[in-house]
Amino acid sequence: MNLIVCVKQVIDPEAPPASFKIDPATNKATVQGAAPVIDPYGEYAVEASLKIKEAKGGKVTAVCLGTALQREVVKKPLSMGADDLVLLEDEAYVNGDTWSTASALAAAIKKIGAYDIILTGREASDTNAGQVGPAIAEILGIPCATIVKKIEILDGKARVERMVADGYEVIEIPLPCVLTITNELGEPRYPTIKGIMMAKRKEPIVWKPADLGVDAAKLGASGSRAKMAKLFQPVKEGKCEIIGGDTPEEAAAKLAMRLREAKVL
Amino acid sequence: MADNMGVLVFCEVTNGKLAGSAAEGLGIGKQLAASLGQELNAVLIGSGVNANADMVASLGAAKVYVADDPILKDYQTDPYIQVLQKVAAEMKPAILILGQSSVGRDLAPRIAFRLGSSATLDCIELAIDPAGKKLLMTKPVYGGNARAIFTSVTMPQVVTIRTKAMTPAQPDPSKKGQVIKVDAGLTPDSVKAKLVNKVAQQAEGVRLEDAAVVVCGGRGIGGAEGFKQLDELAKLLKGATGASRPPCDNGWLPQTQQIGLTGKIVAPELYIAIALSGSSQHMSGCSGSKTIVAINKDPEANIFREARFGVVGDWKKILPAFTAKVKELLAA
Repeated sequence: MNLIVCVKQVIDPEAPPASFKIDPATNKATVQGAAPVIDPYGEYAVEASLKIKEAKGGKVTAVCLGTALQREVVKKPLSMGADDLVLLEDEAYVNGDTWSTASALAAAIKKIGAYDIILTGREASDTNAGQVGPAIAEILGIPCATIVKKIEILDGKARVERMVADGYEVIEIPLPCVLTITNELGEPRYPTIKGIMMAKRKEPIVWKPADLGVDAAKLGASGSRAKMAKLFQPVKEGKCEIIGGDTPEEAAAKLAMRLREAKVL
Repeated sequence: MADNMGVLVFCEVTNGKLAGSAAEGLGIGKQLAASLGQELNAVLIGSGVNANADMVASLGAAKVYVADDPILKDYQTDPYIQVLQKVAAEMKPAILILGQSSVGRDLAPRIAFRLGSSATLDCIELAIDPAGKKLLMTKPVYGGNARAIFTSVTMPQVVTIRTKAMTPAQPDPSKKGQVIKVDAGLTPDSVKAKLVNKVAQQAEGVRLEDAAVVVCGGRGIGGAEGFKQLDELAKLLKGATGASRPPCDNGWLPQTQQIGLTGKIVAPELYIAIALSGSSQHMSGCSGSKTIVAINKDPEANIFREARFGVVGDWKKILPAFTAKVKELLAA
């Protein structure tokens, strides 16, 4: 099995909301005092690819697109057990939309050559778009299943479980295909000491647009079909009426009475 | 690009009934079509969905495109794309609206890319820019910490709308639409990713999405046992029990009861948040609630910035006394 997993370096989504700031001049978000991380859903995708490799053998190649990619961050898939890491690291790749991002990733996937399953997270924690996986499928002309929590490899196809509102669907999808992975898969493994040592020694492969043979005008902002006009933080009113009491039980009873009075109950 | 005109709403049908997103899509679609001075149309896809066409017309669609085929009985990505592609080729809409459901979030990006355009998912606000007549698409990003407004360079402008974020259209039975049959030339080979089974994991009682009262617990509940106390209050208020992500990841409650950005979006009359911090990701799933009540031992918890009423303290002491008092008040 040739497995390709797309991951992304993002600002830490678990950082306290108070540390989250937007620079209105650049429409960019930052968090103070927290290092970037591999996008959490991307880690679930790495875990899914490693599970397939364990069951069926093969090779896992992680691909990461961005700029200022911190090696200790983006090497996490390697330390978890991935075999190779390809970085698409260039100013030309960034500030794009789903389409231009997926175009670069698809070009890299074609250059890698052999692929049976391409995995991504269900959505990144920064854009919350959930579209890079489907876009790669459209570009490569292969089927796609989204929000997948379980994968079983059969002969020439995969049987996957896709989360839906009232349970899950079982889908049989021919290979090659794209799968987007959700947290219901189960917690990603921790890197082992051996994995961390291996990752330290392994140099990632870096591909520039010229290496992919892709016109830079089709990448990043210039290749985008959607433009972000504005990024802002919604204003919160924050008018909470705190109900007190001498004991927790008294406060609880007063809360019930206050809700009755306000006709909420 | 100048060829694209009008608004097309994909009206999802579940178990023979129009999904809530259909009326909500037609509600906002009507406003956008009026701003553009263009037509509002709809598309129905499924098996036996012809029966829903009159209802869709009464909600304001001038033309109702209907693809009624046994192959379309359940949602499967590939044939649904094929049908929408056919309808889009015929109508050339400027705007295509879907709901942010299991179906819409899968289908919207695929059809958008297939048509040479892009999609913006989970929109909470849609408006026409008076200057350029472009669709301004507002969606939460960074797990709800921020919002972004997008415009599309390409046509059609494809969106999904967040559940209950838009005011639904009201039916007017005197309104009749033109029903147009769609033959997308489907064959069994149209299906690439094939649905082989559906497994329901629905909790008993009131559906979370339909409940007027939701009692929601977080990590602080500590285990499955604690949620029984939440169930008791929910039952008393004829509501449903939900959870933030940690209890579901820990298996205390099924994943189908998760409320938040990647779980269910609810907008009940009353939302009682117990022992949960109120992360942006979680609030994305419940911020449309009319009244939020918080019980949390940490006075600095974000949930108190979102709630209307709150009690600071240990839920294990507060909840039993609160439930007892509610029971007494309801009996009186």
